[in-house]
Order: sequence, then structure tokens, then C-alpha cells
Amino acid sequence: MKTIRYTGLIAFLFSLGLFLSLFFTSTYTLTEQIFTSNVKAEHQETLGPELAGMMDREYSLSIPFVKDLNAAVNTVNERMRSEQQWDKVIYDDYAGSLTRASTSGLIQDQTTLLFILVFIVGAVGALMFILPQIQLGGPAGIKHNGIFFNALNNRGWIGMLTGGLLVVFYVLLYFYPAYITNWIILVDPVQKLLNPGATSSQWFLYGFLYTFAVLVMGVRMIIKYRHSKYQIFRTISVMFFQTAFAFLIPEILVRLNQPYFDFKNMWPLDYDFFDAWHINMLTTSGGTGIFMFAWGISLFAIGVPLFVFFFGKRWYCSWVCGCGGLAETVGDPFRQLSDKSLKAWQIERYLIHAVLIFGLLMTGAVVYNFISGTNSILGIDTYNYLRKPYGFLIGSIFSGVIGTGFYPFMGNRVWCRFGCPLAAYLGAVQKFKSRFRITTNGGQCISCGNCSTYCEMGIDVRWYAQRGQNIIRSSCVGCGVCSAVCPRGVLNLENRDEDGRFNQPILLGNDSIKVSN
Amino acid sequence: MQHTVIIGNGVAGITAARHIRKLSDNKITVISGETDHFFSRTALMYIYMGHMKFENTKPYEDWFWSKNKIDLMREWVTSIDFDGKTIVFKNGTSLTYDQLILATGSQSNFFGWPGQDLKGVQGLYSYQDLELMEENTKNVKSAVILGGGLIGVEMAEMLHSRGIHVTYLIRESHFWGNMLPKEEGTLIDNHLAEHGIDLRTETELEEILDDGNGHVKGIKTKTGEVIDCQFVGLTVGVHPNIDLVKDSKVETDRGILVDEKLQTNVPDVYAIGDCAQQKNPPAHRRPIEAVWYVGRMMGETVAHTITGNETKYQPGVWFNSAKFFDIEYHNYGTVLPTCQEGCSEFYWECHDKKKCIKVIYETNSLKVKGVNLFGIRNRHEVWDNWLSQEKTLDHIIGNLPEANFDPEFFTHWEGEIQEKFNSEFSDKTVNVRKRGFLEKIFA
Ligand SMILES: Cc1cc2nc3c(=O)[nH]c(=O)nc-3n(C[C@H](O)[C@H](O)[C@H](O)COP(=O)(O)OP(=O)(O)OC[C@H]3O[C@@H](n4cnc5c(N)ncnc54)[C@H](O)[C@@H]3O)c2cc1C
Ligand code: SF4
Repeated sequence: MKTIRYTGLIAFLFSLGLFLSLFFTSTYTLTEQIFTSNVKAEHQETLGPELAGMMDREYSLSIPFVKDLNAAVNTVNERMRSEQQWDKVIYDDYAGSLTRASTSGLIQDQTTLLFILVFIVGAVGALMFILPQIQLGGPAGIKHNGIFFNALNNRGWIGMLTGGLLVVFYVLLYFYPAYITNWIILVDPVQKLLNPGATSSQWFLYGFLYTFAVLVMGVRMIIKYRHSKYQIFRTISVMFFQTAFAFLIPEILVRLNQPYFDFKNMWPLDYDFFDAWHINMLTTSGGTGIFMFAWGISLFAIGVPLFVFFFGKRWYCSWVCGCGGLAETVGDPFRQLSDKSLKAWQIERYLIHAVLIFGLLMTGAVVYNFISGTNSILGIDTYNYLRKPYGFLIGSIFSGVIGTGFYPFMGNRVWCRFGCPLAAYLGAVQKFKSRFRITTNGGQCISCGNCSTYCEMGIDVRWYAQRGQNIIRSSCVGCGVCSAVCPRGVLNLENRDEDGRFNQPILLGNDSIKVSN
Repeated sequence: MQHTVIIGNGVAGITAARHIRKLSDNKITVISGETDHFFSRTALMYIYMGHMKFENTKPYEDWFWSKNKIDLMREWVTSIDFDGKTIVFKNGTSLTYDQLILATGSQSNFFGWPGQDLKGVQGLYSYQDLELMEENTKNVKSAVILGGGLIGVEMAEMLHSRGIHVTYLIRESHFWGNMLPKEEGTLIDNHLAEHGIDLRTETELEEILDDGNGHVKGIKTKTGEVIDCQFVGLTVGVHPNIDLVKDSKVETDRGILVDEKLQTNVPDVYAIGDCAQQKNPPAHRRPIEAVWYVGRMMGETVAHTITGNETKYQPGVWFNSAKFFDIEYHNYGTVLPTCQEGCSEFYWECHDKKKCIKVIYETNSLKVKGVNLFGIRNRHEVWDNWLSQEKTLDHIIGNLPEANFDPEFFTHWEGEIQEKFNSEFSDKTVNVRKRGFLEKIFA
């Protein structure tokens, strides 16, 4: 059994290593033919001379190649701007298409083989590492031995390395996709399988990796918490929603000539929902598009209050949401790293509500512009001063680079806790109008601290439990791990009568004094 | 301004301090030689097992104390001058008080076995014990634990988590024999075996063997068997820590004797928590109850008395809980190892041998006295009501689903329990819980 595990680990590390090394493997040569077939005719004339120096020159790394390409485009653009020839400024992303077309080497010749070596071998290796835990890890139960001695789980060197890699990956993905052309090509076989007419993009790569990670680590989660049906069902649910709703259905829709649409994503998390291009895309795509538009609006306008009232925000955050899905599977090894201090809670409340307000203002302005057909509001250019900064700061940096990259430093819910505007909205409903609460079982708490330690949202659960109070916090995503790790059976996630949530007489076993919440 | 001094920063002392602060503006000083800040003693095992860091076991952040004007002192108290209302510290300094609360907790029992002072032999109570255990178990392959109680089984789990082989000696015929009836004890015995713990029942220690360098090399049992080991855990119970007052005018027995108001015989001196012994405990409670909950309740109660609202300590229905490796335990009311006179027991055990329920009731009236639950969580509040209202067995079994506190989607066993009840009490049958639609699908 142990041999299987270590073989699996080696296989997985091999795949990971191969994946990373693919970044360095190709050569890049721009040719006249690639140039003419990828660049629009009107740009060929201006861009051609600038690129002359690159022609037929072989680069062994994507970075200098892309840099030279971009430099050429920038030179053209600067000249055109200074000559005030605005219509000749190039806005097309030639870096992506030209780099891809200029790539040659192993990744182009053996895409499928490499795909198998990276993802199939990687998955099998990971599962070989994970599955034997059923037997080796002893009977079903809480498996937290040694977490705080582990170099991955407790901000040790493996954690730092993992976090560093994730941050670099996100920066490349969001801001320098042309650098990772090899990786984008790597997942092309899957793209072709789902949609023969399409070519993989950086976002397809991201979606694929995301789903892959959620599925593999979902299996780990299920095995780890196999004594708890709540955890099993919840994990299967996020795995399903990620695979079907976030990954497959949108691709299938595109194949059927329908708009790309993720039915479970929701404004304001889905911050481009009200962008003009998006509304136009949906409203010009016939009945399906209109339905999607209406669906998207009903989801946050009706779905949220309704379901949060009955089940708490968990119905979304830890059962459906993609960010939540990643946090609950890939992020599970890091949940103990969330900061439980009062200070962190204060920062959390300021930050998340600030993001919500920013999101509301941005959306308001975008919708206003859409309806009024203008580009600015109160003299402020909406795109440059609201929409673009939001996308950059919140959409990319906060939710991606920090939100996921910082798992190994700050726990697995950094984004959900400090940044997600949808979580703020769901949380407000949960706090003020919901049947959901975590019930504390009378006086049974021994203040051990397991619940607080393993709360990914950084809620100091023990603070309430040791007083016999129910836990009603807007940030609680209802993952149920506090209840699972409590060694005294004190905590239970419940949907019960609203009246019983606050101000119940507290039972601590002491008849001398009667207290209430 | 009154100065309330509390010796001991455990749950009892700290709860008292917190409530005195809520109820008054007394100057409050809490003294302990053990740690700077209050931590959860019950969580010591999790630090060793790597589930938590010491920081995580502190129920309050460090700023909490100064913000609430509770002064903390890290010192050992060596003596108390009750006439001069002054306590004296190990470093020679002293402090005067207006009211004194003794909350000094317990100490591990050592029964004078030969070899108990060898290196590698220890109990587990304090934070220092934990540090010692960390030290003592480096490079240890096998260990012996003595004493079938809660701390013993925790120690077994701790060592097991580090891959150390554990031989566990207990005097009784099954685990925790002085508290648990046979069936429940056996259920835990099996679970320990499942984890690879080598449990030796009805085995007593003769001596601990020296390797010639003052370090333990093994133990010998009363039957002469020698078991090699490099670590011995002595967990044969605790006794109240009364060192400070043993030879003073404060009356002691096994613990510091207190009345219903938790007052000692010396004016303005109180004792709470593990170190206190009640002169007249309520009928359903024992004079010394060394558990977390009691310290907390006493701390809260004494705070009222000290701040001028004299309050008697009146604990409600007894409750307790624990966890033995993966099996959780809830107890409400009185369940003795052998059923008391005039009482009978109703027992159900799950086919997986990991869950069971035992209800003790008066044979004639069917009034329920107490319950033990293993592997099923039940609501404190519901049982507290049932027991204080002396509900009958058929009532309780019939309404058992109301008490269920397991997480959502967990299998409900109440139906099976009710069927068993109906087969044993054909004249008192109760309605059997029906499984819901989803339950049937996912069962
Ligand atoms: C490993 C372990 C697990 C446990 N698990 C459970 C459980 O699951 N459930 C449960 O109900 N109970 C459990 N208990 C028992 C529970 O921890 C105790 O009942 C409780 O902590 C007692 O609290 P206390 O405040 O009375 O005393 P303590 O917590 O012992 O505090 C007394 C403090 O006073 C200090 N002190 C004593 N004398 C002096 C002096 N002369 N000068 C200065 N300081 C002094 C001590 O150093 C100590 O810090 C467990 C105990 C242990 C050791
Ligand atoms: S895990 Fe359970 S016993 Fe421990 S502090 Fe939390 S609620 Fe209390």
C-alpha cells in the first residue's frame, strides 16, 4: 500500500514537473507566411517593417519572443498616436495568435501524448497517492494528525513554494497569456473533443485545470471525510457543478451556436453580466439568450433571498459556487491557516463591503451607460475609471492571484471572506432573514478550539459555543467542518424556526444562574 | 475598590474572573505558575497530535485581559497568610487581597510504584507535562500506558498519532470500568483494537524497569510478564491540588471543603473547580467533580456571590462527553457501571458495533435516570428537560428523534431503536420513526 502511494506521488510529481518544464520546451519562429495569415491586411503594412528583424529568427523561450512582438506593436501604436492616426492603432491581440502559430517543437508534434503524460498520469498518480489512505489512514474519522507539523499545511517550505507557483501562474494567466502558449496548446485536444471547431484559449486552459483540480482533490476530500455524509454530498455537489455547469455546458452551448453561459454563476460575482457586450450577446441570441438573461437576474434577485432564507448561504457558497468548490477541495489542506483574530474580522467587514459597494457602483454606471447609450457618468469615464479597475483589481488580482494564490498563506477562503461581493450579499440575507444557524449543544463545549482552528472563514466558533450561544455569522458558508471536527458533538448546522436563532435561554447545566443570549 | 485575587488561570478561575468583571469593577488579579494565558487543558492532546498549535487552544486572544482589566500574573504561590490576607510568591514578593478564590485544579496520581521516577515515566496534566512528553517520546518505538480513564485513552491516541506502538494496561475487565457499564466499555475495547492499541485488561503494574541509566526500559506486570518500552504514561486519575492549603486553617479533606456558596471555612476565601470538595453535594452529584463543566459553572456562580449577590451552587442534571479515538460519547443523567438497585437498563447497539445507546430507568415506574450514547449525538437541552421532568422510558424512546443532534444526512437510528423497544415492551409500544423519501434513496 505504501509503495502504491509513493509510486503515485512520484508519478504525480513527474507530471507536474513535465507540465512546468513545457513552459521552456518549444521554439518560436515568426515567418512571413505566419505573419500574413494571422495579421489583418490593414495592419500588415505598418507592422511588417517593425517585425522584419524577427522574421525567421528562432527563439528558444516564449518571453523574449512575446516581448519583441509587443515592442513592435507598441512602436507602431506610438507612432500612430503621435501622428493622430487613431484608426491605425492596433488593438488586436497579436501576441497570442502569432506566438501560437510560431510555436514548434514537442508540444505541437506530440500534443496528445503530452496531454496524457501530464493529465492522465498526473490524475492516476494523485489518486494512487490519495486512495490508499482509506486503508492506511485507519478507520473513518477526523484525519488531522500532524497538520501543524507539515511543511505544506503549516506555511512550511512546500506551502510557500505552492503558493509562489500559484501566484506566478495566475499572473501569467491574467496578464501574460502569450507566455504560456505551450500550456494552452496542451489542452487543445480536450477543446477539440468538446468543440471541434474551437481552439483552446487561456480561459479554456484555466477552466480545464480548475475542473481537473476540483475533481482530483474532491476525491481526496470525500475520502478524508468519509464518515460524514454531509461532507460527502456537499463535495459531490461542488464537483458536479464545476464539471457540468462551469466547464461542460458552456462549451456545449457554444458548439450548439448558443451564447457561452454558466448557469450557476451569478452577479455580482459574475461582474461582467451587465456589460454592454454581454447583454447584447444574450439579447441578440434569440429565445435562449433571453432566457439566460432572465435566469441570471432571477438567480440573484429571487434565488438568493429564497434559498438563503431556507438553507443559509451555504446552498451557494459550499454546494454550488466554483470559487467555493475550489476552496472546499483544493483548499481543504489549508483551512486551518485562516486568521481567527478579531482584527481580521474587522478588516474582513470593511473590505468585503467596500468591494460590494465598488461592484454596485461599477454595475450601476455600466447599466446606466447601456440604457442611456453614453460612456460616462457624472463626467467620469465608466470604462477607464470603474469597469477596468474593477476587472483588474477585484476580478483578477483579488479573486485570482490573491484569492487562490494565497491559499497556503492565508487559508482557502481569502477571496470568499475578504472580497466576494456576492458573499457579502448572501451573508447579509443570512444574518437578517434566514432559518439557518449553527446550533450549540447546551453546555457540552470544552473550549478546545478545533472548531475555530478549522473554520476556513476565520470565525471564532468557540467564542459562541463555549457560551452556549448559536453561531449566526454572515460569513459562515456552512461547510460543516466545525461540526465534523468538534470532539464533543457540540455543533450542528440547522435550518429551523427563525425565532429560535437569537435570544434563546441558554442551557449550560447550571441551575444557579439563568442566562440568555 | 475591592481586590479579588484568583489563584489558578484554568477554566474555573478564568470564568470567575470574567463574570466578576461583568458584574463589578473590582480589581481582579489572576495568578498561575503554569502559563501566561488561559488555555484549554482539554485540548492538550491536540497540540501533541498536530491538530492545533498552543495558540489555537487559547479561548481568548491575548489583548482580551488588559482590555477587560483582568490582571494576569505568572508566578507560583508558595503560601498564604489568611489572617493578614496576603499571598506569598516563590520569588519572595507578596500580594494582599480582599477576597481570595482558590482554583488550583488537580494533580496526577502516582501510587508509589517502583521506578515511577525514572526518566521516560510521566503523567499528563499540565502544559509542562506536555512539553515533557514531547521530550520523552522522541525516538520512542513503544510505550505502555497505565490506567483506563479519559486521560489514558487520550494519551494512547496521542502516541498512536506519532506511530508509537501502545500497550495499554487496565485493571478492570473493560475500558473505563469505574464509569462505564460492560457493553459500552467493550465497544470501546473493540475500537481501540481496531486502531492497533494493544489493550490488556485485568492487568496490574508490578514495577517499572530501569535500563541502568535511570531511564525506563520496560515494565513488569503483577503476573510477571515483562513488556519492553521506552515510555510509560501513568494516567491513573487525578486528585485535587491542595498543596497550598493542606497545613493551613482552611479545612480540607481530599479537596478544599466548601459549602453551597463555594465558601471555605475561612471568611472571604472560596474554592472552585477541580480543587473544591463540596461538603453537602446535591443528591445526584458527587462531592468532587473534576470536569471542565463544573469548573465553569462554579466560576460563574462564585462571581455572583463575590459581587454581592449570594448565590448557591446548584448544578442541574449531570452531563458529560468525551471522544475515544473516533467514537464520540454523550452522557446525560446517572449511568453507573452496574445498574443501581431498583433500576433496569434498555440497550441498543448498532450492527457496526460503533454506536449504542443505554437508558437507565426505574424498573417499576419506568422513570428514566440517565443515558449513555456512543456514536450518536443528542441534544443536551432535550435530555435535560426529560430527566428533570422524570419522563418515562416509553415517552423518551417514542420521542427520541427530537433529541437527535447528528449532522444533516447522517443515518437515523431511532427507528431501529424504537423497534427494539417495542419488541421488549409489547404493552408500551411506541410509533416507529419512518424514513423519509431521500433517506430511503441514500441509505
Ligand atoms: C489531558 C486532559 C484532558 C481532559 N479532558 C477533559 C474533558 O474532555 N472533559 C472534561 O470535562 N474535563 C476534562 N479534563 C479535566 C479538566 O481539564 C479539568 O477539570 C479542568 O481543567 C479543571 O479546571 P480548573 O480551573 O479547576 O483547574 P486547572 O485547569 O488545573 O487550573 C489550575 C491552575 O492553577 C495553577 N496553580 C495551581 N497551584 C498553583 C500555585 N500554588 N501557584 C500558582 N498557580 C497554581 C495550575 O498551574 C493551573 O494552571 C481533562 C484534563 C486533562 C488533564
Ligand atoms: S470544537 Fe466543539 S468542544 Fe471544541 S471549542 Fe469548538 S464547539 Fe467547543
